[in-house]
Amino acid sequence: MERSEIYQRLTKIIIQVLGDDQIVLTPTTTAEDVSGWDSFNHINIIVGTEAEFGIKFNASELEQLKNVGDFASLVEKRLGKKN
Amino acid sequence: MNMPWLPHHPDLTKQINEIKKAAPQEVWAGLTAIAQYDLGFLETIQVDKVLKEKFGDTPPPALSTPTVSLAILSSSTTGQLLPGIRVGALRHGIWVSTYMTDYGQTLQELMDPASSLHRFKPTVVLIAFDALSYFGTQSLGRTADSANRKLGNALEQVQNLWRLSREKFGCRIIQQTPLPLYQPLMGQNEHRLPDSPAHLVRVFNERIRDLADGQKVDLLDIQSWAARDGMKEWHDPVLWHTAKQEVSPKASPFYGELIGRLLAAQQGRSYKCLVMDLDNTLWAGVIGDDGLEGIKLGQGSAIGEAFVAFQRFVRDLGSRGIILAVCSKNDEKNALEPFEKHPEMILKRSDIACFVANWNDKASNLKLIAKQLNIGLDSLVFVDDNPFERNQVRSECPQVAVPELPEDPSLYPECIASTGYFESIALTQDDLARSEQYQKNQDRAKAQEAFGDITEYLKSLDMELVWGPFDPLSLPRVTQLINKTNQFNLTTRRYSEEDTGRFAADPRTITLRFRLTDRFGDNGIIGVIIAVQGDPGNWEIDTWLMSCRVLGRGVEQAMLDLLIQESSSRGGQKLLGRYIPTEKNGMVRDHYPGLGFSALKSSPEGESSWVLSFEKKKRFDYPIKTRKGI
Repeated sequence: MERSEIYQRLTKIIIQVLGDDQIVLTPTTTAEDVSGWDSFNHINIIVGTEAEFGIKFNASELEQLKNVGDFASLVEKRLGKKN
Repeated sequence: MNMPWLPHHPDLTKQINEIKKAAPQEVWAGLTAIAQYDLGFLETIQVDKVLKEKFGDTPPPALSTPTVSLAILSSSTTGQLLPGIRVGALRHGIWVSTYMTDYGQTLQELMDPASSLHRFKPTVVLIAFDALSYFGTQSLGRTADSANRKLGNALEQVQNLWRLSREKFGCRIIQQTPLPLYQPLMGQNEHRLPDSPAHLVRVFNERIRDLADGQKVDLLDIQSWAARDGMKEWHDPVLWHTAKQEVSPKASPFYGELIGRLLAAQQGRSYKCLVMDLDNTLWAGVIGDDGLEGIKLGQGSAIGEAFVAFQRFVRDLGSRGIILAVCSKNDEKNALEPFEKHPEMILKRSDIACFVANWNDKASNLKLIAKQLNIGLDSLVFVDDNPFERNQVRSECPQVAVPELPEDPSLYPECIASTGYFESIALTQDDLARSEQYQKNQDRAKAQEAFGDITEYLKSLDMELVWGPFDPLSLPRVTQLINKTNQFNLTTRRYSEEDTGRFAADPRTITLRFRLTDRFGDNGIIGVIIAVQGDPGNWEIDTWLMSCRVLGRGVEQAMLDLLIQESSSRGGQKLLGRYIPTEKNGMVRDHYPGLGFSALKSSPEGESSWVLSFEKKKRFDYPIKTRKGI
């Protein structure tokens, strides 16, 4: 899957969870930059991403996420392992 | 984990956006319609957001179902499950407001009358503690004694919560069975290890059943679902350690659906009747083309055996009170042939309360079936292997539940069981006798045809109306009728079993329940009246309802005579009646004038009130004997 497609789908998931369709993500976007991206919605975003891509993250990976770029790389890595 | 019996929506986001723009009064209906599709985790959040945006904390006006205030008492994080619960209830037409107790504060909140839990005033409390909060994190004890002590403490802890919740709120209680979070230490014979926490959870989940029955607590049995679906679908160890989630948020749409169907069952609103297609639904092949020898049923072929198994499942549903009906595009003669002649048919013609085989469209036939059985379209579940027929019924009769069916008939029973359409929380004697009653109704109809004259016919029925106040024996059935009777119901007031029990004990209230028997059999309890003392001499009829099965036999008149008898023996001189219109009770608009009441007043919305002075009452002539009894 192309990196751009991962971003597109991640953006869609985050819009669905936060209910704000104006959100634009860049690799350096962090949760603090996005209104509503609190710890509660963070879990919804993680679970929604797992469901949407059919993948599973592990605990240490989740703890190390710093920004959307990390998140996209993690999705890419998991998708790679899946195939 | 999805809900495969619900159809897929081609573009949910688009439809959700359309509903956001809809007029306020259309939003609830629109969202309820969306909830009939298979919604995933993200879609459930989206729908819940629209609910919140459009309604906030205020339920939509003029709902036909009681709203529910659900408090969740839990030791783990349940916030992620709330959208699933609200949308699950929405699927069943129920508005739920939710409340979670603060972490570790459950008992304090229960005890403290100033707590936010008390301000919330729950109508239903869900006890959803996880296994670790019952059995702790201590190291293993060595003896059977310590195991018994732990088990006893956990069961005591739960019953204490039941007792307190009921005492403080008079609410209904739902107990969630904890998921098996402990791993076995020995293996398959884990029960030989005293104090094994894995074993204790299992025993706890067994014991809790008897206790719940004894104390009228309903189970939310996620442990059994996890056993069916696999723990991986229900519990995510990563999220358990990250955020103390016992039930994985991914399972939340289905978790919420389980709660929604339970709330609907508590309101007496489960489906009542299974309507089946025949060809490729009850047997393989087309009876009209393949003939009796050509269809596959039993005979040792895998597909034939699968249909036999499905028929057995359906027969058993019938025995426990689900009405069975047939709706098939066939010549009636052909459709009946397997029922009469095929040696491997499990279902017999006599199991089917209403048998419709013709070439009309199925939606029209379903309307006919509902009419003949005297039940609403919203009581029907329609099972058909043909997607065309399913869609035609969905679009013409959206009230009918139409599950998607798997391609392989081996999976039919599991599919129908998973839908939860027939979720029930109690079984009354009437449920067990129901299919027979409907069969007898058909005999009555035939006898009536033979008579021609209705009065003569009614006399020939030897009807007896057995009546008395609500008593422990009749309370479950009375409550069931109060909560599910929509048509012959003057005020449509819904009461819990706690409420009806209170009415029964109140000296200023007359409670009456009526059972009708005739020469064809016992119809069970078919009528309920609650009257409350008002100004001196006045008795106000709070509730008057009757089962439509016994309509047109003079039962209402006999009920009125008995109510007058009971109220005048307590100094009554007048009865006051009220009609509150709903979408479904138009048939009783003229109930009170028909019985000789005079109009007091009426509102533009159609609500009316009526009075009957006993000295003005006319004598009725009905072919029913009455007797006080049980």
